Amino acid sequence: MKTSPWLTKALSILSAPLVSLTLIGCNSDDQTIAKDSLIYCSEGSPVSFNPQTVTSGTTIDAVANQVYNRLITFNKQDNSIVPALAKSWHLTRDGKMITFYLRKNVSFHQTDYFTPTRAFNADDVLFSFQRILDEEHPYHPVSGGRYPFFQNVGFTNLVDEVEKINDYTVRFKLNQANSSFLANLATDYAVILSAEYAEQLAQQNQKSDIDTLPIGTGPFKLKSYQAGSVLRYYKHPDYWRNEVAIKQLVFDITASDTGRLTKLLTNECDVIAYPIAAQKIQENPELALEQVTAFNIGYLGFNTQKPPFDNPIIRRAISHAINKEAIISAIYRDQAQVATSILPQGSWAHDDTLVALEYSPSKALELLKEAGVKDGLSFDIWAMPVQRAYNPNALTMAKLIQADLSQIGVKVDIVSYEWATFLRRLNAGEHQSVLLGWSADHPDPDNFFTPLLSCKSLETGSNRAFWCDQEFDSLIQLALQTTNINQRRALYRQAQNIIQQEIPLLPIAHSRRFQARHKAVKGQLLSSFGGIDFSEVTKL
Amino acid sequence: MLIFTLRRLNLFFFTMFLLTLLSFSLSFLFPGDQLVNLTGALNASDSVRDTLAATYQQDSNIIVQYFAYLSQVFSGNLGTAMTTKSDIFNEILRLLPATIELSLFAFFLATIVGIPIGFIAAIHHKKPIDNAILAVAMVGYSIPVFWLGLLAILTFSIQLGWLPSGGQMSLLYEIEPRTGFMFYDILVSSNDYKWDAFQNAFAHIILPAAVIAIAPATIFIRLARTAMLTVLETSYIKATRAKGLSFNQIIFRHAVRNSLIKVIQHIGLQFANLVTLAMITEVIFNWPGIGRWLIESIYQRDYTAIQGGLLVLSSFIFVVHIITDYIYAVLNPLARGAKYGSR
Repeated sequence: MKTSPWLTKALSILSAPLVSLTLIGCNSDDQTIAKDSLIYCSEGSPVSFNPQTVTSGTTIDAVANQVYNRLITFNKQDNSIVPALAKSWHLTRDGKMITFYLRKNVSFHQTDYFTPTRAFNADDVLFSFQRILDEEHPYHPVSGGRYPFFQNVGFTNLVDEVEKINDYTVRFKLNQANSSFLANLATDYAVILSAEYAEQLAQQNQKSDIDTLPIGTGPFKLKSYQAGSVLRYYKHPDYWRNEVAIKQLVFDITASDTGRLTKLLTNECDVIAYPIAAQKIQENPELALEQVTAFNIGYLGFNTQKPPFDNPIIRRAISHAINKEAIISAIYRDQAQVATSILPQGSWAHDDTLVALEYSPSKALELLKEAGVKDGLSFDIWAMPVQRAYNPNALTMAKLIQADLSQIGVKVDIVSYEWATFLRRLNAGEHQSVLLGWSADHPDPDNFFTPLLSCKSLETGSNRAFWCDQEFDSLIQLALQTTNINQRRALYRQAQNIIQQEIPLLPIAHSRRFQARHKAVKGQLLSSFGGIDFSEVTKL
Repeated sequence: MLIFTLRRLNLFFFTMFLLTLLSFSLSFLFPGDQLVNLTGALNASDSVRDTLAATYQQDSNIIVQYFAYLSQVFSGNLGTAMTTKSDIFNEILRLLPATIELSLFAFFLATIVGIPIGFIAAIHHKKPIDNAILAVAMVGYSIPVFWLGLLAILTFSIQLGWLPSGGQMSLLYEIEPRTGFMFYDILVSSNDYKWDAFQNAFAHIILPAAVIAIAPATIFIRLARTAMLTVLETSYIKATRAKGLSFNQIIFRHAVRNSLIKVIQHIGLQFANLVTLAMITEVIFNWPGIGRWLIESIYQRDYTAIQGGLLVLSSFIFVVHIITDYIYAVLNPLARGAKYGSR
């Protein structure tokens, strides 16, 4: 049987895809473009390109350290405050006046939508902070006029005036001394925007673009962004601090955690956020799993203005009935510490004498009896629908708590909504108790107390326990007014003891933040605070 | 032919009527405010709301409201997505080409693989090869596409590392979207790495397209097998055999061509079926097409997007059906008399 030309033709058509397939296999190894580009698989889309207007960790990761710089910043090794856009600063003895001396020849991004004509100067600093402070400022109401971080720390009441001394000197006048002020300025939120760009946008009547098409002084400039799929940065060629090694930084937005793992394994991502299957990654010789001790707290917050949790005895009873150790091993896979206070053990103000309320259902039953609960208690636990380092799986955690509490005859209903709705209803105080958490923005202990439990944060909405205690409030206020570290430590200890007595929230765990990368990617990416930073990353 | 065309038009009109009616009533059936569901204007200011209420004639009776909705739909206004705040019609226009591209590629793959295998089975009728092919085809047809997709990723991407696991192209390549058809856009782009990008995009499409192609390919196998068997039974084949033509001459010169005509009649109808398979596969392979977008909208309870997406997608599949039907009728006069759905 001789082979006909038809058959050969058919065969060659059939084998064409196979041939080209092998060609691709050869080519993927030596792609030049892959060498100076980096793909980061992130867990979600940023909601804005201006960190001033958000608190979302995903947004901070995507934007804060890539596009912008701050006046001062934290040293990644020891968390001390070091110069950034300000090359030095001076604090008067009464702590009420801070002068920043600015760096010269720092250039802003040149992009498709903006070409700067001048370098960074005092006007940019003034603009960035006036926007937050001055309610009459033309840019204040842009993007909703909310500056949650600054509202939480009472920035507007604290700062009396920001003053330009000359082009490279700026002075902040405070109403009272505040020992966490510098730390607040060093957080990811206190970024410096371009005043010149703002002017240009105002002329074009496109003010809202300032938060969606950003211009900053940071190591990367925005090239393009497609919500929900990809965010592309190019390197800023004139970055003032160092020569940026990678030319292109791409955020591949991959919400599913298995999706991120797959992309890491198949070399489609160089670095991934919040990895799962830690063991699988560690077994792979080409991959590295890193962790940093994040300053955070996962907690069960009680709504102290609503029954049954307006009664501190019931709060205590429930706290005794929850098995934290079991939660740590099941939810955090032992990658977390049992929390005894809202402050992590690593903080200098942490009270080491505190012991966690022991797990004791019998004690819980006694307390319930003491509180006069006769015929079975029932309440709602709201479990947040998203994954965070401080609580990787709130829904399962709620189920564990539900099982724990059923042992003492307490019935728990688990409630969850889509994230935006969840936050809205939480703000309205519709919950009885909630599983939530907090990641610190800077190492100062005040960053835990004020946003979570102060009376002021009751108004701004981050106090989910709706708890306001005058004694506690005055303690944390006093602690802010002194810079003496021993005095502050003593005050914060008292504050922690009040929390231990009153239990407006039950601290559950302090977790670590994880990240996985290919070993070809070098350089520090994560630090204990704030977002990921790609400025010093190189790829072999 | 005129009557046939009129009949199809009639059908098109009524189906569109029912589709828009369904999509309009969805805005009432979904939880929440009907106007918000219809327009996607969440947390709109009062003035914006008033304008929208006027556009959709909210004060009039429901029939007027329906026609107001209809006029908006036909002017390309499907509202804005609740979650992303982007215009739904533009979003669909941006995403649809990716789905069409994937479906066409899969369709091509299913055809060039399925039909020859079907012929081979028919030639070896009632021999072990035939049985083996039929058995494999049955298995291929029965495997759920999402499971097959995961299996393919696990084997070819993770274990063997041959092919990428998802997406349309490596994100490192920047290709300006002109038409949305990736291969075309790459070819007309002016980048230096054009050919690298082309190969990369090709490597990305193989796995999802192969997964989608499996089920239609098994159908093609059976169609081709039956067609070939019928042809081989005909008297003109017997005549060629009697004439003493060689096996190859019989098969390639006479049998293949005649049975291909029979197969082609049917494969067009499989295309719409394949598009639905593609939409599920997109989710697994992270393919930036309409299916993934719609399923994500459902997941996020973006009612406006679900409504608009369903309307456009069902019209698209319907139009594809009508077009294939039409082409078939043009090619085959016998089919023109058949009523829709009677075949």
